[in-house]
Amino acid sequence: MAKLILSMDNLVLKEIPLNKERTTLGRKAHNDIQIDNLAVSGEHAVIVSILNDSFLEDLNSTNGTFVNGQQIKKHFLQNNDVIELGKYRLKYINEAAQSATQADFEKTMVLRPDMLRKANEPAAAKPAGGAVPAVMAPPIQTAPAAVPAAPALPFGAIQILTGSNIGRRLELTKSLTTLGKPGVQVAVIARRPIGYFLTHVEGARYPLVNGMAIHTQAHELKDHDVLELAGVKMEFSLKA
Amino acid sequence: MVLIDLSAAIEMAFCSDPGQVRPLNEDSVLVNQKLGLAVLADGMGGYNAGEVASGMATTVVGSELAHQFDTRAPGDLLESGQVWARQALIDVVARTNAAIYQAAQSQSQYTGMGTTLVAAQFYDDHLAVAHIGDSRLYRLRGEELKQLTRDHSLLQEQIDNGMLTSEQARFSLNKNLVTRALGVEPTADVELNEYDVLPGDVYLLCSDGLNDMMEDEEIALTLSTLSVNLPLCAMQLVQQANDNGGRDNVSVILVKIKEAFPAPHGSHGAGWWRRVQSWFG
Repeated sequence: MAKLILSMDNLVLKEIPLNKERTTLGRKAHNDIQIDNLAVSGEHAVIVSILNDSFLEDLNSTNGTFVNGQQIKKHFLQNNDVIELGKYRLKYINEAAQSATQADFEKTMVLRPDMLRKANEPAAAKPAGGAVPAVMAPPIQTAPAAVPAAPALPFGAIQILTGSNIGRRLELTKSLTTLGKPGVQVAVIARRPIGYFLTHVEGARYPLVNGMAIHTQAHELKDHDVLELAGVKMEFSLKA
Repeated sequence: MVLIDLSAAIEMAFCSDPGQVRPLNEDSVLVNQKLGLAVLADGMGGYNAGEVASGMATTVVGSELAHQFDTRAPGDLLESGQVWARQALIDVVARTNAAIYQAAQSQSQYTGMGTTLVAAQFYDDHLAVAHIGDSRLYRLRGEELKQLTRDHSLLQEQIDNGMLTSEQARFSLNKNLVTRALGVEPTADVELNEYDVLPGDVYLLCSDGLNDMMEDEEIALTLSTLSVNLPLCAMQLVQQANDNGGRDNVSVILVKIKEAFPAPHGSHGAGWWRRVQSWFG
């Protein structure tokens, strides 16, 4: 379950679990999180929690709501976001994002109409016994790993050695680059995290690498390999 | 009696893989090129129940539809004015739902199992698609890749009601919560749509293990680059999903339209009826 850590001047004041569908923040006493400070509006903001996600919404407060230094009207909270209300700071911690294992990732489950409600009731966090079918268990999921960092693989290029395009250079920056003449002989070079691979796509003849025809399977290319297809020779190279 | 054979006009290829993380493949695929039918299901449930649910879905839909089209061509018009393909899909998916639900209710190891489904039936230069859950159907026409199905998922609902942008949705922790599935309720709320089909179109049916791992632009690039070699294209898509982490089972079915396939003349097909209608239109 996600929580907020309330602090002022780097001093932690308390931890607040986000166990309700709506958690209100404001100066007035009826708020779930009361912050008795004149810079905070009576009803300042609200956090709406839906299963593992939480959304922060400013309720037209006088001094505004800030997340990580940016003023927001509505914000989809991410683990470690810092909400600022006047001098107070609320750090958003989402344990689901931290603790779940890889195997839980992206396991598809059915969301039943009553699940949203239950997920927000503290008691439903641990369903009782075998009464609840497996698919109804509240899901635990990790945050998506940050978009995979660009693979360390250096970029490759093709230099045309013969024919009318002699001397032309083709950078292999896309995940797939086709070579050859459509309808006659076509091959594709795939850029993968582990290297560049040449695969035959169409045509009766298979491309040659260093004078040898490749098979139906993808063929890994090495620096300075010489490729030949549709009568044109070209050299593959990897930038250091 | 066999009324149809679309294998000259339509080419199909598929690939299904457990991915890099999961021990089991709970996806199932079925293609019937002659009938012009492609079915993909992504099962869920404990132990091997997900596999059972998705396997039941593709098998029952495949065999029941083949049976339905044995005596009546999918393009035939019913008295109600509906095309038979559409009605048959609705009937068959309802029966499949009941079968999975029954199995889940009667055998404790299958309790709570369910599955997504996307089923595409090609007929008379048209396509009828039934879907439930978050498995998708895409169409590449020319340079444009279009998602034809809309996910039945919490995330899609949040996008629809403006809580999330599709960009923010990528960071949601509520991924892959489907709001509808086959086999979890006595009746299933299946969505049915029809589209016209043109020669040169390439259709992609996939489980979320593909579209969660690959951007639409990458999918479009792979389809347009490799659709000339459909089996290679299917393998390449799965490989790219795996290269990007392969965190879920990943399955694809590709359908390439090589030529038009209007319902034959003289049959009481919708094509014939549409032409009559157009004279009076």
